[in-house]
Amino acid sequence: MKAYEKIVEKLIIVCAIISTISVVLITVFIFRSGLPILMNYGVIDFIFGTNWSPTNGNYGILPLIAGTLSVTLGALIIGVPMGIASAIILSEILPGKVARVFKSAIELLAGIPSVVYGFFGLIVLVPAIRTFILPIVQLVVPKATTTGFSIFAGAIILAIMILPTIVSISENSIKAVPREFREASLALGANKMETIVRVIIPAAKSGIIASIILGMGRAIGETMAVILITGNMPKIPGGPLDSVATLTGTIAMEMGYADATHQQALFAVGIILFMIIMLLNAIAQISAHGLRGNN
Amino acid sequence: MIKKIKQGAFYGSIGLLAFLVMISLLSIMGYILFNGVGHINLEFLTKEPRSMGREGGIFSVIIGTLILTLFSVLIATPIGVAAAIFFTEYSAGKKWVGPIRFFTEILAGIPSIIFGLFGFAFFVIFLGLGWSILSGGLTLAIMILPTLIRATEESLKTVPMSYREGSLSLGATKLQTITRVIIPSCLPGILTGIILGVGRAIGETAAVMLTAGSNLRMPTSLLDSTRTMSVHLYTLASEGISLEKTFATASLLIIIVLIINTAANAITSKYIIKS
Repeated sequence: MKAYEKIVEKLIIVCAIISTISVVLITVFIFRSGLPILMNYGVIDFIFGTNWSPTNGNYGILPLIAGTLSVTLGALIIGVPMGIASAIILSEILPGKVARVFKSAIELLAGIPSVVYGFFGLIVLVPAIRTFILPIVQLVVPKATTTGFSIFAGAIILAIMILPTIVSISENSIKAVPREFREASLALGANKMETIVRVIIPAAKSGIIASIILGMGRAIGETMAVILITGNMPKIPGGPLDSVATLTGTIAMEMGYADATHQQALFAVGIILFMIIMLLNAIAQISAHGLRGNN
Repeated sequence: MIKKIKQGAFYGSIGLLAFLVMISLLSIMGYILFNGVGHINLEFLTKEPRSMGREGGIFSVIIGTLILTLFSVLIATPIGVAAAIFFTEYSAGKKWVGPIRFFTEILAGIPSIIFGLFGFAFFVIFLGLGWSILSGGLTLAIMILPTLIRATEESLKTVPMSYREGSLSLGATKLQTITRVIIPSCLPGILTGIILGVGRAIGETAAVMLTAGSNLRMPTSLLDSTRTMSVHLYTLASEGISLEKTFATASLLIIIVLIINTAANAITSKYIIKS
């Protein structure tokens, strides 16, 4: 082999390693910037403290965690049924051409920038919740109030945003179910619905679970949409129409004007966020690999 | 009878849910385009913004977006293509490929605000590049790397083994086979990856805001801060500066996304499905 070929080969290897180096650098720099305050303030006080008011030196992020979790949970409740139904329709029911149109529509959803979703939520959903949903809720709970900036608004927008993730991964795992499973089920006298519910979905279960976990990761990590519609109030919510601040939203909002200590605290919020996402990704990868092992 | 009702309820409910998905897409795009397209005109596209973007156009913002996107794609493309070549052509038998692949997957799952924090701590502060096109572009380049690697790898996988064997048996070296045979036959796939990367870079907001800043003036060097269309849209929307300009900016972003998706689909269906 010529000398320059060896050099090129080395260069190619270096390029392949850049992703790994990036992940290491990201981890190092986030931790380096956030760890000092996490240690000084105390990890327990930081995570379980209920008061986030950086101007007074209070850095308890429990309200932010509660905000992120409530919006994410809402997004999953709305988005998962829609996503799985779409995946079933795409892979089992719609004829080829119609399925392609539907699929490109879902890809389009993935391409729309998150800030556009946020703007739509701000201009349509928030006022709609204030003027249409609130009166309905007040029939049951007369004391209910809301500005419209709420968990509910955030959950709806995030549900739409995580659809492409859930649909594409679920669809792949449904398609990976061997044809014989369907044929055997139909040959035993089951109809199509029974085949889908009792045979195909159980067989594709691990892929569907992976898709939900990755969708959850996307919802937790999403920033620009939630920042515009959840109200950014760092307090533990009492109901779905309350305003909340999320981990991501707080970092993006406050980074611009934060002083040194406050900035460190925001990096520490980043550490917590980073660890949650890493954990979810690891679970999703294990779940997806389990699927490959089964087939 | 009960079976029929059950079936009706099943198909009815999943049909309804899928219908809701389509309705959400159409209402978001329709509502924004309906309210915004009318405000996109020559002045909006070619004039500089005045009074924080309340008046005038978004010319400097468009230029900022273009430069930042171009810069990140120029850096990420060679690295991404080389990494994909490594995974498909050079990785056989190497034990340490597993972890590298794992970290590439991990990189794809990191949320954009974390990239923003990292870019701020590393490029802006540690390397002293400040809020600049350089900081923003390098951060974006890392962000779109997984997209490029994945798209290139998918198309490298579709190149038939016989091409490689044919080239090698004619006496070409491995590198010649890669540059003269394999890469030319998967150019459409690489192009798709680049287009998707461009889409991601244009739509990105959180990471860009923390690394490239939000300067409205026309950038004159790579060390200048600049504002992209997504960041501009966020500023307009959150500060309620001008509803008209906000709708127009959002519409322009949606139109770009439509063009990008159509182009990527056209390339995929024309070249990749055929081969």
